[in-house]
Amino acid sequence: MESYLFPFDSLICMLLGISFTVWFTLLLVFIIVPAIFGVSFGIRRLYMKSLIKLFEWATLRMDNGETLKRIIAKEPVSLEQEIQDMRRGGAEPEFDMSDIFYFCRRGVESIVDDEVTKRFTAEELESWNLLTRSNYNFHHISTRLTALWGVGVLIRYGFLLPLRVTLAFTGVGLLVVLTSIVGLFPNGRMKNYLSDKVHLMCYRICVRALTAIITYHDSENKPKNGGICVANHTSPIDVIILASDGCYAMVGQVHGGLMGVIQRAMVKACPHIWFERSEVKDRHLVAKRLSDHVADKSKLPILIFPEGTCINNTSVMMFKKGSFEIGCTVYPVAIKYDPRFGDAFWNSSKFGMVNYLLHMMSSWAIVCSVWYLPPMSRMEGEDAVQFANRVKAAIARKGGLADLLWDGGLKRGKVKEVFKEEQQKLYSKVLVGSSEDGSSS
Amino acid sequence: MGSRASSLLREEDIEEIKKQTGFSHSQITRLYSRFHSLDKGENGALSREDFQRIPELAINPLGDRIINAFFPEGEDQVNFRGFMRTLAHFRPVEDNEKNKDPTSGEPLNSRTNKLFFAFRLYDLDRDDKISRDELLQVLRMMVGVNISDEQLGSIADRTIQEADTNGDMCISFSEFTKVLEKVDVEQKMSIRFLH
Repeated sequence: MESYLFPFDSLICMLLGISFTVWFTLLLVFIIVPAIFGVSFGIRRLYMKSLIKLFEWATLRMDNGETLKRIIAKEPVSLEQEIQDMRRGGAEPEFDMSDIFYFCRRGVESIVDDEVTKRFTAEELESWNLLTRSNYNFHHISTRLTALWGVGVLIRYGFLLPLRVTLAFTGVGLLVVLTSIVGLFPNGRMKNYLSDKVHLMCYRICVRALTAIITYHDSENKPKNGGICVANHTSPIDVIILASDGCYAMVGQVHGGLMGVIQRAMVKACPHIWFERSEVKDRHLVAKRLSDHVADKSKLPILIFPEGTCINNTSVMMFKKGSFEIGCTVYPVAIKYDPRFGDAFWNSSKFGMVNYLLHMMSSWAIVCSVWYLPPMSRMEGEDAVQFANRVKAAIARKGGLADLLWDGGLKRGKVKEVFKEEQQKLYSKVLVGSSEDGSSS
Repeated sequence: MGSRASSLLREEDIEEIKKQTGFSHSQITRLYSRFHSLDKGENGALSREDFQRIPELAINPLGDRIINAFFPEGEDQVNFRGFMRTLAHFRPVEDNEKNKDPTSGEPLNSRTNKLFFAFRLYDLDRDDKISRDELLQVLRMMVGVNISDEQLGSIADRTIQEADTNGDMCISFSEFTKVLEKVDVEQKMSIRFLH
């Protein structure tokens, strides 16, 4: 019996051996070597084009349910305007019982559709991209499409996912090992040069690990030493996307576990800014460390995400003013993902990091555009908040995102009382203002 | 799966809600998506915290009163039916509805029902009268700390004086309706739902 199996056994071993070798050679030639040198065969772009054709075909064939439109149409009328309109005859001073209609209607409108809560969940797509997770309104799917979806699942989980996981491990592993090696060099130009090359190479491998297809615009505005680079935040992948095209000093909290290992290795090769948990609360300390870093022109530009949390890439929320108080040149960058190929938004209240990475690596691809905006500095008479808003508006405009004044912290926290007090003040003005002509005090 | 919101709503339910509230099929499914996205606990009902999580509502001076209006007497949860019933008050009045069959009862978005909704925002203890205290409470909510007690008190007195016709120093629903007869309630208390 055993001799019966022997020839098959060695045959199978041989086949496995050959396929592994072929697999790794292909991997090396088509992915890792180009990553090292920063060139591209264009395979990913071809892939993206074919996917687009596929989605367009799928959309045509689908019995589309209700397309996603707004539920209500809101009129942007101010409080004063509305109340003056409502007052009967217009000459009535002071309070009118119909004044509550304004607040009542605005309140119910915000219950039906508000600007903030929808920014913290994944953007809804107009057409289906053959991923189960983005199928909400499209129940009527033909058999042909289901078959296509099934094939898609096989390709994504059977082929793409293992490939990407291998690459990810390679990339991260190389990053840790090589930065530690570079760390052994004495400080100087050689070290900086090597550190740049090593960081770029490893990030490029990670980019390929996600099949990220990135288009960089206006590269002449790329951030320079002694400045701060600010960008809108959608996911932890933003870092990889920016860092594969330029070298930055990262800012962040010290983590434990794998992240901690990576952080410690990276900081050996070039100065990144990692804060202990306790130091994060101390705003002066944070500001001082950042200013010290930018003052040293030999150090790399700092990469900061002023929103402080991940937003779903349909809008830009309030920028925290800390990085705008330092007084150096700010290089704004706008990042816009194309949600058709895979949603990059990390909904941290719903998914943990591992789940999120799994989603990322089993999507079709991550397609995004990066715009480097011209550098901005704080103008005379402008305070940090106004400067932050100006930069935010520029980023929102370039990326085609909605510019919101709301704080990203509303994802988890409550809105500050002060906003309600503002509304109350406005209304009081309408009441009291009109009684100045009246007879009461 | 969290995102399959519309598949949890059955056709019979949609038909019933359509009859009761007058919303169209697509409006009901979209409002169900919204209901589902607000329902963080995913138990098919909304609590007061779910509403308070909406920042624009939290900064509305009358936010708490409006939230209260959704919850039936003494209850802490509102299901989708209740949600739709309350929202139905804000549907615009369509012309063809004015000729509707009167035996089916008054639609939820009639002028009277809209006025009654607003009346309820004032009348906290639900005794069908707005007392001076209740009026003062609402005024205080709307102006915050910006107006003194005396001034607010005189505003309240003046308002009651104007509206009160039977001399009981309170505003009943019919007095309320009379005071607002010239106001375009249909327009001011309606939300433009898109089809």
